[in-house]
Amino acid sequence: MIPASFEYHRARTIDEALELLAKYGEDAKILAGGQSLLPMMKLRLASPGHLVDISEVAQLKELREADGLIRIGAAATETALLHSALLRGKCPLIGEAAAQIGDPQIRNRGTLGGNLAHGDPGNDHPSVMIALGASVIARGPAGERRLPMDGFYRGLYDTQLEPLELLTEIQVPTPPARSGAAYLKLKRKIGDFATAASAVQLSLGEGDTCARIGIALTNVAPMPLRLSGAEALLAGKRITAELIEQAAQIATGACDAADDFHGPSEYRAQMAGEMTRRALAGALERARRD
Amino acid sequence: MDAASAAETLNKDHLMGIGNARKRKEDPRFIQGKGRYIDDIKLPDMLFAKMVRSPHGHARIKSINTQKALGLPGVHAVLTANDLKPLKLHWMPTLAGDVQAVLADEKVCFMGQEVAMVVADDRYIAADAADLVEVEYEELPVIVDPHKALLPDAPVIREDLAGKSEGAHGKRTHHNHIFTWEVGDREAADRVFGQAAVTVKETMTYQRVHPSPLETCGCVASFDKVKGELTVYLTSQAPHVVRTVVAMLSGIPESSVHVISPDIGGGFGNKVGVYPGYVVAIVASIVLGRPVKWVEERIENLSTTAFARDYHMTGELAADRNGRIKALRVHVLADHGAFDACADPSKWPAGFFSICTGSYDIPAAYARVDGIYTNKAPGGVAYRCSFRVTEASYVIERMVDVLAQKLDLDKAEVRLRNFIRPEQFPYRSSLGWEYDSGNYPAALQKVLTAVDYSGLRREQAEKRARGELMGIGLSTFTEVVGAGPRKTCDILGIAMFDSCEIRIHPTGAAIARFGTKSQGQAHETTYAQILATEIGIPSDVIQIEEGDTDTAPYGLGTYGSRSTPTGGAAAALAGRKIREKARKIAAHLLEVSAEDLEWQGDRFQVKGVPDQAKTMKEIAWAAYNNLPEGMEPGLEAVEYYDPPNLTFPFGAYLCVVDIDRHTGEPKVRRFYALDDCGTRINPMVIEGQIHGGLAEAFAVAMGQELVYDDSGTLQGASFMDYFVPTAVETPYWETDYTVTPSPHHPIGAKGVAESPHVGGVSAFSNAVIDAFAHLGVTHLSMPYTPWRLWQKIHDLGLDKRSG
Amino acid sequence: MGDKNVLRFTLNGRQVEVLAEPRELLVHVLREQLGQTGTHIGCETSHCGACTVDLNGESVKSCTVLGVQAEGAEIITVEGLAKDGKLHPVQEGFMQEHALQCGFCTPGIMVRAFRFLNENPDPSDEEIRLGVSGNLCRCTGYQNIVKAVRYAANKLKAARAQA
Repeated sequence: MIPASFEYHRARTIDEALELLAKYGEDAKILAGGQSLLPMMKLRLASPGHLVDISEVAQLKELREADGLIRIGAAATETALLHSALLRGKCPLIGEAAAQIGDPQIRNRGTLGGNLAHGDPGNDHPSVMIALGASVIARGPAGERRLPMDGFYRGLYDTQLEPLELLTEIQVPTPPARSGAAYLKLKRKIGDFATAASAVQLSLGEGDTCARIGIALTNVAPMPLRLSGAEALLAGKRITAELIEQAAQIATGACDAADDFHGPSEYRAQMAGEMTRRALAGALERARRD
Repeated sequence: MDAASAAETLNKDHLMGIGNARKRKEDPRFIQGKGRYIDDIKLPDMLFAKMVRSPHGHARIKSINTQKALGLPGVHAVLTANDLKPLKLHWMPTLAGDVQAVLADEKVCFMGQEVAMVVADDRYIAADAADLVEVEYEELPVIVDPHKALLPDAPVIREDLAGKSEGAHGKRTHHNHIFTWEVGDREAADRVFGQAAVTVKETMTYQRVHPSPLETCGCVASFDKVKGELTVYLTSQAPHVVRTVVAMLSGIPESSVHVISPDIGGGFGNKVGVYPGYVVAIVASIVLGRPVKWVEERIENLSTTAFARDYHMTGELAADRNGRIKALRVHVLADHGAFDACADPSKWPAGFFSICTGSYDIPAAYARVDGIYTNKAPGGVAYRCSFRVTEASYVIERMVDVLAQKLDLDKAEVRLRNFIRPEQFPYRSSLGWEYDSGNYPAALQKVLTAVDYSGLRREQAEKRARGELMGIGLSTFTEVVGAGPRKTCDILGIAMFDSCEIRIHPTGAAIARFGTKSQGQAHETTYAQILATEIGIPSDVIQIEEGDTDTAPYGLGTYGSRSTPTGGAAAALAGRKIREKARKIAAHLLEVSAEDLEWQGDRFQVKGVPDQAKTMKEIAWAAYNNLPEGMEPGLEAVEYYDPPNLTFPFGAYLCVVDIDRHTGEPKVRRFYALDDCGTRINPMVIEGQIHGGLAEAFAVAMGQELVYDDSGTLQGASFMDYFVPTAVETPYWETDYTVTPSPHHPIGAKGVAESPHVGGVSAFSNAVIDAFAHLGVTHLSMPYTPWRLWQKIHDLGLDKRSG
Repeated sequence: MGDKNVLRFTLNGRQVEVLAEPRELLVHVLREQLGQTGTHIGCETSHCGACTVDLNGESVKSCTVLGVQAEGAEIITVEGLAKDGKLHPVQEGFMQEHALQCGFCTPGIMVRAFRFLNENPDPSDEEIRLGVSGNLCRCTGYQNIVKAVRYAANKLKAARAQA
């Protein structure tokens, strides 16, 4: 378990990182927390010639709110997300998901940007960000682009990011008052990827009707799955047990999971439904208390 | 204070002897990062070796090209079977009487098999070089299912055995057949089954698992060309046997071979065998004249060294209508992988599997085990148990539950009706064992009372009425540990005794050395406690050493819970030899006859005259300067202990599990473990061993499994997929005990560390299955992952939501 | 082979300097170059936590951090837990509560527990279990590890109360 040789470059600023990327092209890889990349390199599933380390770029660690957007630097660690008072107060879904990723040591290194950019369907933040209606900012030679998370993934380990682009920031619309969220993840043990997981972010309007809802699933398809059908079903209505049941069935039907250690595809699809059922009930209860 | 309690205070508080929960003597170095494990050993000019392994389950090797690897700067050698052939070391004998390829000779028979070893300046260059070794394979048909291995047209796995109809354990009936082992009276058992009022039968697979200690296997071999001496540091639970084997294979005199087991980061059976990596590292050191280190990576550990279990069992019980068991029949298809490298005593191809009548008085029994080759890794070690005892205990503990369900009897009640009764000990089982001591009903009753068993059953009935799944699992197991005796147990012809050598220094401090080898069991602490009680000097000043074959007396090592039954007995008897000499010295000092003295725990006293006494400390000094005429100086003793019998620790466990009927997740709500290991040397250490054994049982029952796909590829051979629970998943343990000393062991102790694994697995299993028992379910295969349980729940329609 | 560069950081309060290739893992730099072998390697895939060290005040798995990433950092390993010949309360707790057997996972868990008790000085048992959930132990069944961390928490609390 020894990585092949490479050259290491520590970037101090975003511009420096972009220059290094431009210089070394497709032979370079961004090293953020390294908790996915380094194991892949140790298994020699990845052998980049150059690593551009962005973990010390201060700009990429900022976490703030401005103009109705929560803006999170791509190199913010899971631990930083967990401990952020801003997120706890205004967008607890992100910390709730972060708490279910890896273990304490992994969370100290692993970053939000890395989790999103890696394109591993087992990663948890993609579905969370889709449920939140978030976008990411990508910077490259041609300037800056804003990419909605819904549609960001093109397939397994494949995203809209261009080779010379750096994911710099995640922008999450601040949920309004009377919002509730939940991330339900079924896993075998601490540190495991999800058998199935469901992210729900909803807001209530007049008469407790559902003013906005985002639902997305983790690790039950080659990409995170947004449940638009279930969202449409619930939007504008008072969410009842019957509707939750229907939404759960939509979740199950949407899955395209592989058979693996977590179980056969049928089980994982059923669990996607079960997690959605629980996430919807939890989010609704929280919204009512918000 | 009366005399008895004064002696107790002296022993426990002053000497910190048997019964004292004293802190461990090994801890100070470990908590300060000063342990010395295999990978911590660094010798001058040391090179690093890396194995090149087969990516295929079964393939012919067309060619091996080492040129590119050899061309890499810093690479010193790339060894293949062709390099070992002139030394006749390309194959090696296994503990089970088979041979195993050290480096693959023309073909590979399992994924991960050793094909070549690169030796380089450091592990980085070695890793690069291993990637550059080019091996051309021609894939062959693969067989991973033992049930299919015996089909007439099944692929031939072991071409090297062509034409050999006789194996180490009798006739071979098929090219993939290793042995058939039968025990018991088949006809008698069949007769009982023919007439029985009730019979039950169940097939059960005990999945292939791996002990996976946190430290993997490794060695540092160092050959001194000038002196012709070979020093090998290695992770071995049995260093003395390794030295003998190395001497025999290499031709180097055993006195010039120095094998040292340093601190070992857990063994659990993984570190009993001799693995190809050790052998090639030794050859590399001899060839290159430099020290060579080889340490497994975790993936290599899980995929090549020492699997456990893989027993495919059918159990049958015959009983009367009251649930009184009349006969047992068991058949096992034992998947041994590509080479029969099981770590069992030589004459026991299925280990002590014949302990499968368990804690029950079963008049007739018959067991048959068929050993089979498949394209999987070799091994077959005892993962935290005595040889194949977990499998044996599992089949009987499961079958008793199956019988109870068939008769609609309570599972505790059936056990109580069938237990060997206390007055029957020593008890001769129908499969030939002589159980030394036990009190099974008392143990079970104590547990049932402690947990309010009838209350739990009432709660279960209420929950079942609501459609919820709650299971109560019992396991009332008996282990058999402490091999020898030498007349029945040997390893490669070496009798299974063990040893203690003790030397009391003039100041009354002592050093004692043993033939066993701790891997975390706290021998440095507990052996010192036995000696403290026997000799009367504080355990704090008794230093224990093991693992260095130059200094320690010959012994067979630590596995199968044999250290306390054999090494512990040797300690007690060596201590008594010291005491006998000390008595004579004391008599000389006090100018009385030896018969006039009585032992007072730490001194000899003139009978009835307390102020006329000599302490052991004073006697030790006198042993070096003031001895009776004609007595040789010094105060030393050696004991090689050949146990008259094995010991039979037992226990009663109860597990309560709740199962989420929408996800299938099992939650162990309560686990109550009562163990009886005879005399208790250190209650703190015992409790720790029980916690650990239960945690490993939990891992096996709930998630561990080495799965091969049809192409012979091992799935998930890392800690990402192979289930090792964290503190979060692991249940909370409640422990309890009874004390039924072994009548034949010098201090009445039996060995304990493996009981919780043996008893634990079936307790978890029985609890999970009990959750479904009211629905007619009699067995479910391990491991109980949520999806497997959900599948059953779903098939039974229990996950439907009302309304 | 990549070029070696000079790498400087603080290890247990002492400035150290080594030559390392960029690909050298921090755990190897510590063990092979600096001879600090208390930090162990158990799985290489960042699951077991035997290689846990404290990097700039955070627990990390040193098998999944490059040595070069530690440039300028402050690192604490098990060898740095005891101060002035006195054991850290975590070390004391592990011994008092019999929280170790083979000792292989112990340095990593103690270094993790040391940091965890800074993050959460008064944890519940459940929080302790979550706090050390990045560390595997095959020997103890964890129960005594929980007790040991609680022991250390109480001892540290008492020391704070006195101060």
